[in-house]
Amino acid sequence: MKADRVFRTAGLTKVYDTGEVKVYALDGVDLDLYAGELTVLLGPSGSGKSTLLNILGGLDHATEGRVWFRDLELTNLRDRGLTQYRRDHVGFVFQFYNLVPSLSARENVQLVTDVARNPMRPEEALDRVGLAHRMDHFPAQLSGGEQQRVAIARAVAKRPEILLCDEPTGALDSKTGIQVLEVLKQVNEELGTSTVVITHAAEIRKMAHRVIWFQDGKIANIDINETRLEPAEIAW
Amino acid sequence: MKALDLKLMRDFRRLWSQFLAIALVLGAGVAVLLMSFGMSDALEETRTTYYERNRFADIFVDLKRAPNAMLEIIRDIDGIASAEARVTTYATLDIPAKVDATVAFVASLPDDGADLNQLILRLGNWPDATATDAVVLNAPFGEANDLWPGDTFTANINGTKRTLTVTGWALSPEFIYTIGPGSLIPDDEDFGVIWMPEDALAAALDRTGAFNNLTVKLRPGYRVDPVIDELDRLLEPYGALGAIDRTEQVSNSFIDAEITQLETLAYTLPPIFLGITIFLVNMVMGRIVALERAEIGLLKALGYSDGAILMHYLLLAGLVGVVGVTIGYVAGSWLSYQLAQLYADFLKFPYLIYSVSWNTYVVAGVLGLLAAGTGAARSAWTAARLAPATAMSPPAPPNFGTSWVDRALHAIRISQPTMMILRSIIRWPVRASLSVLGMALAVGILVSSNFFPDALDLIIDTAFYQSNRQHAVLFFNDEMAEDAVTEASRLPGVLQAEGQQVMTAVLRFEHRSKRATVEARRPGMNLSRIVSAQGQIVDAPPGGIMLSERLASQLGATVGDVIEAKFLGVHQGTYNLPVTQLVTQFFGLGAYMDQATANRLFQQDPRVAIVNVTLDPDFNVAFQNSLKDLPRLAGRAMLAENRAGFEETISRNILITTTIYAILGTLITVGVAYNGARIQLSERARELASLRILGFTRGEVGFVLVGEIMLLAVLAQPLGWWIGWGVAKLLTESYTSDLYSMPLVVNAATFASASLIVLSAAFVSVLIVRRKLDRINLVSVMKTRE
Repeated sequence: MKADRVFRTAGLTKVYDTGEVKVYALDGVDLDLYAGELTVLLGPSGSGKSTLLNILGGLDHATEGRVWFRDLELTNLRDRGLTQYRRDHVGFVFQFYNLVPSLSARENVQLVTDVARNPMRPEEALDRVGLAHRMDHFPAQLSGGEQQRVAIARAVAKRPEILLCDEPTGALDSKTGIQVLEVLKQVNEELGTSTVVITHAAEIRKMAHRVIWFQDGKIANIDINETRLEPAEIAW
Repeated sequence: MKALDLKLMRDFRRLWSQFLAIALVLGAGVAVLLMSFGMSDALEETRTTYYERNRFADIFVDLKRAPNAMLEIIRDIDGIASAEARVTTYATLDIPAKVDATVAFVASLPDDGADLNQLILRLGNWPDATATDAVVLNAPFGEANDLWPGDTFTANINGTKRTLTVTGWALSPEFIYTIGPGSLIPDDEDFGVIWMPEDALAAALDRTGAFNNLTVKLRPGYRVDPVIDELDRLLEPYGALGAIDRTEQVSNSFIDAEITQLETLAYTLPPIFLGITIFLVNMVMGRIVALERAEIGLLKALGYSDGAILMHYLLLAGLVGVVGVTIGYVAGSWLSYQLAQLYADFLKFPYLIYSVSWNTYVVAGVLGLLAAGTGAARSAWTAARLAPATAMSPPAPPNFGTSWVDRALHAIRISQPTMMILRSIIRWPVRASLSVLGMALAVGILVSSNFFPDALDLIIDTAFYQSNRQHAVLFFNDEMAEDAVTEASRLPGVLQAEGQQVMTAVLRFEHRSKRATVEARRPGMNLSRIVSAQGQIVDAPPGGIMLSERLASQLGATVGDVIEAKFLGVHQGTYNLPVTQLVTQFFGLGAYMDQATANRLFQQDPRVAIVNVTLDPDFNVAFQNSLKDLPRLAGRAMLAENRAGFEETISRNILITTTIYAILGTLITVGVAYNGARIQLSERARELASLRILGFTRGEVGFVLVGEIMLLAVLAQPLGWWIGWGVAKLLTESYTSDLYSMPLVVNAATFASASLIVLSAAFVSVLIVRRKLDRINLVSVMKTRE
């Protein structure tokens, strides 16, 4: 597994310059992420998790250092290249689902399938997350968990190689959160999608292959889980 | 349909009321553009066709009497394609069962059919060339007086009463617009045109073998001026009053003025509407993009390109543009067709060629879409340039720092809701100023359209109550000895009579010259007075000539300059006259001389060409009957009828235009106020809901919303008055022609009604939005993440 590396970062640094002070959101991060791996990023607020995720996902630029997606150096890409990269390879899931309120569940997924190269049908994606029966509902008619599952369906519909999730359960109660985690695990296993999950709920680390601890913009520790728990066995 | 397109359509449907308010403003601009260009095109096109088909002449000359042999010499002038001689006169008619004497212009019909100014027979037949008592009437005149083919009436032609039979009705390109001597507006019942076989009319006027009217058509490519000079030289010995081209021909110049006014409208109003559209689209799209930050970030995260996002928002504005342009197309086509028909009817065109060129539609459509696109450009660009990571995080709250203004506001201890209103205005000064400007333009449009009645009131008062105090004016075909005044004073019902002499002259100063009417007047005349625009009564000083300011400025002359006056017609001769005084007037290119000075100049006994009379209304029937028998009477103007007709026409037109402009002003106000309030509501929903949760009443919270827009609306008033006044000033300048000038008078009531309309429209718009605020779900608003 180690041989198939999807991400590599070298000295990755992100500085927010507010004029008065410089804040190091990321401070020289060296990290490898592997194909098919489910990784959980943990750490206090402001430790750099989200910044790393945004840079890996091509949403943000690094101040210093380099990032490779396989052989593609993301730090060399301009906006157009990053857009193409996101379109072809990355799926995102956010804490607040970020569904387009004026589009139904099916149409939200279709947003992706319209522009992706080899997408699955929106119906299939929704079926995978167990929402085949609610396809024509609008976000306002769905519960939080259902909305997040739509967001996941939308993210995986393009068969991405990597799925980046920023606090996917953050806005959900734990019962609903577990359903969402089950979907993530299923996608990871069935589609082999490399999955990175940011969370504040430390218990969730128990379902990961690897857990990366962040502190002050740096990697504090990396744990490898020899035995992984099922989402249903996790409580927080 | 693609999901992004679905989002587009749904967003459009969700925001339909805001978009409709914008589309209506845009539609109004497009409609006015189509209407004014459509109508001026229709008028121009119809007139051109009519002139070409019926060979409307290029040059017109009135003279005393020239032998027909002159015609051959004239036809040899280089550049003349055709020259036609006619006999013409004015006649007083006695129409059965009609009390008032009626005036008509009588023109001869050439034996072998007219080559120029050909008539179109609308009804009946042509009279036989040898007939002595058969005539064709100008169709509108026949219709207004109920004179049908076969009917008869009496005409006093050159002092002889003749009974004439109507054989038909006709229309002429020369008399599309007919106006009687001394009248201000056309009145088909009071004045008409009659055509009579040439031999009969020439015999009646004792002009067999001679002519007193000439019309000329040029060869293509020849200039008018050299031919006019040559005609003036040739015809001067025959009492010519100077050749004129189409621009001075009454009927044609009136239509010119109409077309110019329509074009002025097309160039002034639509830019205002398009400008406001840009502002409104900019404001609304800015808000939409702000609200959809997260969605934009998401779309980018999903791999949508900057270009796709840019297009998405441009297309949303494009939809508004399409709806607006469609509304404009429909309303503009309908309005311009209706109005063109009204015009054709009013102007007596035999047909209407109405085809708005597709160019006009394309230009109007492109301008409309461009306005929508321009308005959206900045926001769409911002959306496209949003870095996805930034877009996903909530926007930084607006920087409500404390400036000196805030400290000042604190110092005067105003309530928190009032503070919220003022802060918001101070924090978004550009948006607030543009809202003020938008509503000010609405006020301006209303003021500048409604000032016409104010100006016309002053004109009517000056023209009818100060200046022309006579009840009737009698015009004669020739100058008469002064005892004509005594004769007139003996007519039944005449209380006072005063005569004056009227001459035509070409006035020249340096290289500039102008044809004008010169009145010779006795000092202290009581009925017809020269009244300056300032309301002073003026007499022409002896020893020179007094000019109206308009005429003097066209000549470039002022008091003390000596101008050359070349008199035409009866008193031929060229004299140098010092300018003794200038007088500012609303009407005409007046020039005045003291009667005694004129008598000395022409070495004449006192002469009169017109007599002004006041009347005892009880004797009207007898007076009118006496006119029907008065020899050599060319015409008469009844001033009371004139005034009533003038007022009626004006008030009818003003009702229509005032209504149209009130609608336009309201559309603008609603567009600005409704969208402004909707955006306030959207930006402040949380804030206002928080106030409610804190215990403020609906009224108190509503005050924040209503207060800001209404404060801006009130601030817009003085600016709007100023804009309206400025536009009115420009309009008075653009409407100033040879014939009249428009005074700049704006009554307080005009300002007040404009403000009332705009403030009410703003208030109603805001109240509609306030109802949304009242219905807002407090809990859900507080839960919304933004």
